[in-house]
Amino acid sequence: MTHDTEYNFAYLDEQTKRMIRRAILKGLAVPGYQVPFASREMPMPYGWGTGGVQVSAAVLMPQDTFKVIDQGADDTTNAVSIRSFFQRTAGVRTTTATSDASVIQTRHRIPEERLTEDQILVYQVPIPEPLRFLEPRESETRKMHSLEEYGLMHVKLYEDISRHGHIATSYAYPVKVEERYVMDPSPIPKFDNPKLGNMPAIQLFGAGREQRIYALPPYTSVISLDFEDHPFEASKADHPCGLCGAIDSYLDEVITDDQGGRLFVCSDTDYCENRRNAGHKGKDAA
Amino acid sequence: MYVAVKGGERAIENAHAWLAEERRGDTAVAELGLAQIKEQLKLSVDRVMAEGSLYDPDLAALAIKQSRGDLIEAIFLIRAYRTTMPRFGSSKPVDTGAMACDRRISATFKDLPGGQVLGPTFDYTHRLLDFKLAADGEVPETAMRKADAGHVPHVTKFLNQEGLIEESPQDDTAPPDLTREPLEMPANRASRLQALARADEGFTLGLAYSTQRGYGRNHAFVGELRIGAVPVEMDIPELGFAVEIGEVTLTECETVNQFKGSKTEPPQFTRGYGLVFGQSERKAISMALVDRALRWKELGEDFENAPAQDAEFVLYHADNIQATGFLEHIKLPHYVDFQSELELVRKLRREAVSAQVQEAAE
Repeated sequence: MTHDTEYNFAYLDEQTKRMIRRAILKGLAVPGYQVPFASREMPMPYGWGTGGVQVSAAVLMPQDTFKVIDQGADDTTNAVSIRSFFQRTAGVRTTTATSDASVIQTRHRIPEERLTEDQILVYQVPIPEPLRFLEPRESETRKMHSLEEYGLMHVKLYEDISRHGHIATSYAYPVKVEERYVMDPSPIPKFDNPKLGNMPAIQLFGAGREQRIYALPPYTSVISLDFEDHPFEASKADHPCGLCGAIDSYLDEVITDDQGGRLFVCSDTDYCENRRNAGHKGKDAA
Repeated sequence: MYVAVKGGERAIENAHAWLAEERRGDTAVAELGLAQIKEQLKLSVDRVMAEGSLYDPDLAALAIKQSRGDLIEAIFLIRAYRTTMPRFGSSKPVDTGAMACDRRISATFKDLPGGQVLGPTFDYTHRLLDFKLAADGEVPETAMRKADAGHVPHVTKFLNQEGLIEESPQDDTAPPDLTREPLEMPANRASRLQALARADEGFTLGLAYSTQRGYGRNHAFVGELRIGAVPVEMDIPELGFAVEIGEVTLTECETVNQFKGSKTEPPQFTRGYGLVFGQSERKAISMALVDRALRWKELGEDFENAPAQDAEFVLYHADNIQATGFLEHIKLPHYVDFQSELELVRKLRREAVSAQVQEAAE
């Protein structure tokens, strides 16, 4: 696809990018704090990753290599659409290989492969406020964050345990950043939570509709909330990948017939492909 | 043998091609021209301009054509286009007293300076399908009269002479620009009015209606409703004076609300205000009612837990582009989240079943 020169590089005008970069820098300076920013109306709907797209637009440079994943896969329709948007408006090189990308925009997953200091991971965030479903008012939740008043969250987790015997949150599992801010990691499965902490790459979170940006600088301490007697557990489907045999990757469940047939495959398609190219084979692979 | 689903790119291209074909419809039927939309679907054009926050009937007509008549989709197209436009500055406040009124009515006075002008309204039409229109839309010539020149004073001014209505609060600080600054709470009245002016018509109507039915009741009368063109002036720094750069058609509604007084304010009438691009009466009246409901705090009224009084509730949910985006995004793939929920539910069920079995054995 050719670069469309009718638009400024990466679509947004320079002043807007500068405004977003200021929010990003503030976010990096105060890890886990939600920075309000004047989110723009993008040519894709709210809920489709407008926050992530604006953050990517603000950090992309012409020499960057860009990767987009949705549910771990490069070929899901919205990932395809966002990738082609930046091909068109920024003319940047794109890739599906995690290790080749300098900027990775993601929805709902962290790649399996460990990222490096040369990479930026941009998350699309629907509801940036981890306390939102405990307290619907923004004016209240901002107060709770500034007073570090997180008792309500612990009560909620405790109630889960007393009712179900477990913390009944399986994705968007809340974390505490550098022992200060409770943060929503975006709706990644809790399997991915341990990757958030101590990550060499920069992690940026963009919520367009809610007009918030937050960030984790490299090697930040990120702890999933839990209790001593109910420690956090990163869980996944208890199967190996049917295609590459991986036992350490997050799996999607695919319905293969109407007789209850199930197949479990890596959600990270690049990871799975690399393993298969290296000769690994699962039980369902040809 | 299982092959992972591929082909998102081609699926999208094909979907777009199909959409274009559906938009055009039967090619044996003449294609809809933008001028036809602009002239004959004017109220749609007005709504798209109002909620799109961009006064440009030609672009609004294009957006309506492109969106196949889905007005929220058209508003979205206009919003997305609008953000890419450079900002040259801001106009001087428009003087609605200088409006060339096509319509001007007051529900509070039988007659008043400037007169009652019905204008092009559906109000007293009988809602009977006009089958003649299906065949032939020719209309007989309308009676003409010379327009009244000069200022049409606002009704609230007359009440103000007696001190019966609150002074409209004067505030000369530059209003914030919602499209350039994030909305933060508590929002001042300028921000609230700005958000309401571009708010979804249906949502605003529902909220306003709820105040009439008792959820934050404030007894509104339409003091005045006027529709017409007003000139837009802008200060040109190089010239040192203001120049008229065009005109916009606006609908303005001022409500007069009963107010028995509070701990801080004497009994007097209070105001609600609505101002919307184009001819959008339903929206302007709704806006005025909701504006008034949101003013409970400054007037020292009680918060009755009514939705229309709750600025956070109203302002965070009134924008249809935000709302429709977030609502519809749940049709995007969520199988990663769903998978983790599946695992959780299976685990909880396993434990619940084994607990039951154990209980039965004991």
